[in-house]
This record gives sequence, C-alpha cells and structure tokens, in this order.
Amino acid sequence: MKQFASLIKQLGTSTKTNEKLDALSHYFASADDADKVWVIALFSGRRPKRMVSSAFLSLWCMEVAELPAWLFEECYHTVGDLGETIALLLPESNANKSPDKSVSWFLESFIRLEKADEPVKKEFIISSWMAMSKDERFVFNKLLTGNFRIGVSQKMIVNALAKTVGLEPSVIAHRISGNWDPSTASFQELLSEEATNIDFSKPYPFYLAYALDTAVNDLGPESEWQAEWKWDGIRGQMIRRNNEIFVWSRGEELMTDKFPEYHALRDLLPDGIVLDGEIIPSIDKKPLPFALLQTRIGRKNVTKKHLQDAPIAFFAYDILEYEGQDIRELPLDKRRSLLEAIVANPGHPVLLLSPVINFSSWEQLAAIRESAREMGSEGIMLKRRSSAYQVGRKVGDWWKWKIDPLVIDAVMIYAQKGHGRRSNLYTDYTFAVKDGDKLVSFAKAYSGLTDKEFAEVDAFVKRNSLEKFGPVRTVKPELVFEIAFEGIAASNRHKSGVALRFPRINRWRKDKSPNDINTLDDLRKMLETYGK
Amino acid sequence: MPLIDFTHKGLYCAAGDFYIDPWQPVNKAIITHAHSDHARWGSNYYLCHEASLPLLKLRLGDIAVESIQWNESVNINGVKVSLHPAGHIIGSSQIRIEYNNEVWVVSGDYKIEDDGISGKFEPVKCNVFISESTFGLPIYNWKPQEEIFQNIKDWISDNRSAGRTSVLIAYSLGKAQRVMQCIKDADVKIFLHGAIWNVHQTLLDAGYDLPVAERVLPGTPKEHFKGNIVIAPPSADGTPWMKKFAPYSVGVCSGWMQVRGNVRRRNADAGFALSDHADWKGLLDAVKATGAEKVFATHGFQAAFSRYLNENGIEAAEVKTEFRGEEEEQEKRSTTSEQERADEN
Repeated sequence: MKQFASLIKQLGTSTKTNEKLDALSHYFASADDADKVWVIALFSGRRPKRMVSSAFLSLWCMEVAELPAWLFEECYHTVGDLGETIALLLPESNANKSPDKSVSWFLESFIRLEKADEPVKKEFIISSWMAMSKDERFVFNKLLTGNFRIGVSQKMIVNALAKTVGLEPSVIAHRISGNWDPSTASFQELLSEEATNIDFSKPYPFYLAYALDTAVNDLGPESEWQAEWKWDGIRGQMIRRNNEIFVWSRGEELMTDKFPEYHALRDLLPDGIVLDGEIIPSIDKKPLPFALLQTRIGRKNVTKKHLQDAPIAFFAYDILEYEGQDIRELPLDKRRSLLEAIVANPGHPVLLLSPVINFSSWEQLAAIRESAREMGSEGIMLKRRSSAYQVGRKVGDWWKWKIDPLVIDAVMIYAQKGHGRRSNLYTDYTFAVKDGDKLVSFAKAYSGLTDKEFAEVDAFVKRNSLEKFGPVRTVKPELVFEIAFEGIAASNRHKSGVALRFPRINRWRKDKSPNDINTLDDLRKMLETYGK
Repeated sequence: MPLIDFTHKGLYCAAGDFYIDPWQPVNKAIITHAHSDHARWGSNYYLCHEASLPLLKLRLGDIAVESIQWNESVNINGVKVSLHPAGHIIGSSQIRIEYNNEVWVVSGDYKIEDDGISGKFEPVKCNVFISESTFGLPIYNWKPQEEIFQNIKDWISDNRSAGRTSVLIAYSLGKAQRVMQCIKDADVKIFLHGAIWNVHQTLLDAGYDLPVAERVLPGTPKEHFKGNIVIAPPSADGTPWMKKFAPYSVGVCSGWMQVRGNVRRRNADAGFALSDHADWKGLLDAVKATGAEKVFATHGFQAAFSRYLNENGIEAAEVKTEFRGEEEEQEKRSTTSEQERADEN
C-alpha cells in the first residue's frame, strides 16, 4: 500500500503529463503483479462492491476522532472529499511500526468482508486506519468509497502499460476492456492475446470526436465527408457473438440487462457482429428526449411502464466487426455499406439505421444543421469517408458540429463549496429567473467560469452572506449570468416545472442587473418550442 | 460596558479611546503585527512592538509611531496596555488591556509552535479573549516544523539532482524568513524576489541575523539559478517573472496546502502545510490557557470554532472583522510588480 499511496500522491500533485506517465510506468515495472491487475481495474472503473457505506465510515471516524457530527460535516464541506476528510481527522497512528499490506490484500479483504457483520467491518476499518499514514489512509478511503477520480485518464494508464510491456496503446486499450475479474485474472493473462479472444463480450475502445473548432469550409471538399445527426443518448456498442447479445456503454458498463428490448436482436443478427451506435428512447423511429432515458438508467428493475413510456432503440452508425473479423481499419464508406446491409436485414423496430444527411455544399449543411433541434438531435457529426475507426479521442477525421445552445439570463441565489481542486471555494451555484417579484430557482451549474472569475464570485459570496452551518449559503441576488443548456423538458421534480439538459455558465453578464434577467414565462415558452 | 467594542472601523477601546488593528484611519492605533490586513494606512498615531517598528515603517512609510517591548506596559487614558509574544511573525504581539480589574486580550494572528525567529507564544490570563480562527477546523493539524523542513529539504535536493531550480512561494513578511531558516544550512544559494528582498534588508538593518541571500535582478545570469533556490511571494507565482528560472519546480508554503485540492488549484508541484497560524489543537490549547470566561472568534472558521467552544463549556461568539488570515494576506502587489517591472527595464 505504501508504494501505491506514493504513486497516488505523485499523480495527484504532478502538473505534467510526462511526469505522471513516468510515475505510472515506474509503478507497472516494479509493483507486485496482483497489485498491478487491481490498479488497472481501479483506473478503468472496475472496483469491488462497496463493503461499507460512506455513512458508516463517517460515523466511525467521528467516534475515533471524538468529533460531533456537525463539525465533521463542516470539515467535509471544506475539504470537498470524504476520503480525504477522514484521513485528515483521524488521530496520529502507529504507521511506522505497522507492516505494509498490499493493495490486492486490501481489495480482496473488501470482497471477503462484504457480507460480514457490521462489528467485523468496523474492527477491520478502524484497525486498518490506525496502522496507516495520512497518505495511505486517503488512498484506502478512496478504495472503500469507490470514487477514484484523481486526474488520471484511462488513456494515460493505457499509454503507461504500453510503455512498460512494449505493445501498441490501441492493443492494450482493447485487452483491458470488457468483462474480466481482477481477483482471478493474472497480469500476464490480462495482457495476452488469447484472453482477448476467449471473452466474447469484449468491446472495442470507442473512437471519439472532438468539437469542430474551425469554420466548416476548412475541412476541404464536401465529397470527402459523411454527415450524420448527432444523437443525445448513450453511446453504445452492440455485440452479437457466440449466440449472445451484449450491450456496452461508453463508460464501459455492461448494460445488456437494462435494455430487454435488445434481446430480440440475438435471433435476428448474424454472429460475429459489433455495432457502434446510440442507445436512445424512441417511438416510431423518432428519438425522444434524454430525460426519458434517465428514468430507466439507474433503476434496478425495468418495469412494464418503463418499456411503454420510454422504449429504447439502437441507432446504429458504424460496424467494427463483421463475420468475426475486426474491420476497424476499413474505410468508413466500406463499413457503412456493410452496416446498411446488416441493419436493413433484421427489419426490427429496435435496431435503426442512423441516417446519412445528403448535402452538396457546406452552406446547405449549415442550413440543415439549424433544424437539428426539430429532429431531436443536438447537431451534426462529420466523418471523413476514408477514415478508419480509431481508438480514443483523435483529431482530424471525426468532428462533432453541435448547434448553439439555448441561453437564458439568470441571477445566482445560492452557492455551495466545490470539490477537488475547488475545495473551500464557492463554485457550485443555483440560479433563478423572475416570476413577478419572486425569484424561482431552475438550474444548478458548476462550470463555465475561469479560475479567476470563480475566485471573484467566491469573494462575493464570502462577503455577501453570513457564515453559517451546512453547505449552502443564500447569496444576495445580484450577480447575473447567462446560462446555456442543450435541451429542456417538463419536470414535476423542480419548482420551476422544467429540467434542463447540461446547464452551464456561458458567461458572466456584468453588464446586467437582476432586473434584466429572464422570466419563468420565458422558460415556459422555450419548453413549448423545444421540449416536445 | 464592554472593554472593547466591535465597530465599523475596527476593535475600539472606548475607555482608552484607541483602536486595535483598525481597518480605517483613526486617531490612535495599536498594531498587533505588520501584515497589511492588520497594519493599515492613515492613522494619526501608531503603537507597536519594537521589532514591528521598522516593518511598519517599510509598509506604511512616514508615520507617527512609537514602540514598546514585550511585557512592558503603558497607560493610555487610564487603561493599562501591554504587549505579549504571539509567535506569528517577527514583532507579532498579543495586546493585553486592563481596566477596572478586567482584562481583555486581543490575539492578533498567532501560532503556538516556536519557529525560532518570531518569539515564543505566551498565553496571557484574561477575562475575555479575542482570538483569530483562520484554521479553526480539526482538519488543520500541523506537523512539527522540523518534519516539514525536512520535507522541503528533500524536495530541494530532488530538484537539484534533476537540474531544476526550486521556487518556494512564501509571504514576503514572515513565511519567507522562516523558510530561510530551514534552508540556511543546505549547500545552495538563496535568491529573493524584490518584495522579499525589501523585508530582508529592513530586518538586516534592524540587526537580525539572516542567512546570506541575493536579490533576483534582470541582469542575474540564468545559470546562477540552476539547482538553487528562489523565494517569491504568492503574487509572483505564475507570472512571466518566473520564466528565467526554467526548468523549475514550484513549492507553495501555506497552511492551506493541508488539503490536496488547494495544491492542485494552485498548480503547485509541491505543497508544504507550513503555517504561521495556530492549528485546531493550538487554538483550543491557547483558549484554555488564557482561562477566559468569554471568547470572541474573529477571522477564519469563526462560526465552527465558536460553536465548538460553546459546546465544550466556554462561552464564545463570532465577530465579523475585516481581517483576512493567511489566504488573502495580500502582498502590496502593485508596488512590487512596478518595482519588478522597473528592474526588468
């Protein structure tokens, strides 16, 4: 654990990608094999089930540190990370005298104790804490709470592994994807070719597009490009191998069971097929708002009502494997012909072809893009006809050309401290529009300002609200911001009656006063126009 | 009638007709220490500790000022006033006020650990204690200075073997001199930013024994910095002024570095939780040692700190002041950067 804790510390404080990469490859070159497998698992989102809730961890920490609950809470809101808060609050340990235990030992203990009684868990947690240094406690807590966002992308892990074992990053990315169990897989097995072949569910790494940052004309001749609608669903891979159907999300989550609609495709698709497309609610081949999809993900059981109100389709736009062969190197137009043939065949309402948009000039395409919202789309995807299906986010061949967001001017009314690098800084805001002389909150946003602007707003919040307990401060309604969002839907969970998609701060309207902000009626009109 | 009122100009003693660390110009100001949020411009008369005197003049220019020593008392309109070491920076003092058998103490900023240059904090018995609470949460528990100094030395030697310059970010008054104590025995040259150089000169003139250091000048050849140490104030961090030290690593010395997010936000390569303020335990110990019946918590986490005191049998209340504590102790940014710009030309 000491070696891993020092790796995490290095990764957490290093500001240069190369240094992080070096730290990781040094770790992969020197750490214990079982630990390495777990580390790969952790950084690629595979973790054991939580053996204990955050509530218990907090409670036991308060007990050991002899602190009242309100003070613990106050500390948590200042630190912005539960694992770190606990690491800071626990009393001095006898870390120096305690023997070091491996990362794999801890993770396997978590699995072993998952079903154990509470006192057994408590004894394990507290004795582990008391044998660790502050840095080790932090890592241990992060392992327990399962939130391992520490400024290391999966891409970086892949590159470090590639460097250590001497394979191409794209090969590594494929091998560590899919369904494997860190408590049984060995490091050699995991990175060997055979293992990749046996796992029938294994998806390919997704190819991701960057946002178009130049004028569309700069892309060159129109004839070299294929245009498609950009859908607002969950990016997914549909795999039909070995007589089974598997559906993966881009977050590498196996979602097959969440979408029983897809099961019928097992009998309709030929074997050895992998499709790339969008998981999206749809009726009569028309996409429905993302909000409907949200009613289904996160639910343990899919009910009949779900299937009726938010039926799911798969809008396919690429094919990566055909007759059991990896065809990612084929040019897009070849893959497209294969895809069209495959999707046309089943003729099933759940598997749809994401259409290609015909256009003869960039001007014409720009005009078509304006109608994206009516199509239930958030813009246009541009893909070079000759492009291979690459790994990860790459510049050049695929672009997303989104429509401009909807915007509304609103006033900030509440502020809360942020997390991570925004700890102890008021960066999470709630915004309101006017309804007569009242203010009605309608959105929260956490992003869109520069560090300098956040510091300025933070200073305003600290000056314009009395310090009090709990995380949220009511702020004098004075600062006006333009809020941008991608979509709007009716909602009975919000006071305003609307739910926004991807709200964020577009800019700070220092030129406007709270009298100039938009009204609840304006929001309702937007709902009428775009929310159906 | 309370001995001290919390007014819009600052802490006011009506019986003696004087203010303590006022944030607006007044007739008579007693100053705890020379940091800019405590020692402000414009008052007709200042009283401070003798070690603060040159620093006050450096920062406020030509002022009417008198100084006394620790434990020396003066009588102001029948109120007995004396200063006692606060351990925060050179010259920093707690202010004890006695009138009609009642004693109040204003802490200013303080730390409990003896840093070797600021004088050791002395608890002063009183009825009412007005305490800072910059780090008034239990997440703030400092490691001993020795240990942090060792971390800084290790970091410097790592940088040196990698051929990098170590740039330490520390407030020009207080932290910079403390950090210099840490590295004086290391076999490296110390370079100072102009703002720190000014304080350094002032203290040398006042007879302080400080390590040998050189000022960063536009003409200093780049090779001179390599593997050595530059100490710069927070206002210089991330400015083009730093370019000439490349390749370098930045290490920030501040109590806020206790929390990882702050290190990341500062984009620092290393954060050292070295503070000139008392940590949680230090604050509690200090309050208890005064034996005060009533505590006012001023800047920092005053709400949490006073609530905790109340729950533990010490009557406490929070007070809104314009003191800023460690985070926003502003350097005189305009003057230093103008100075540096003049240097560049």
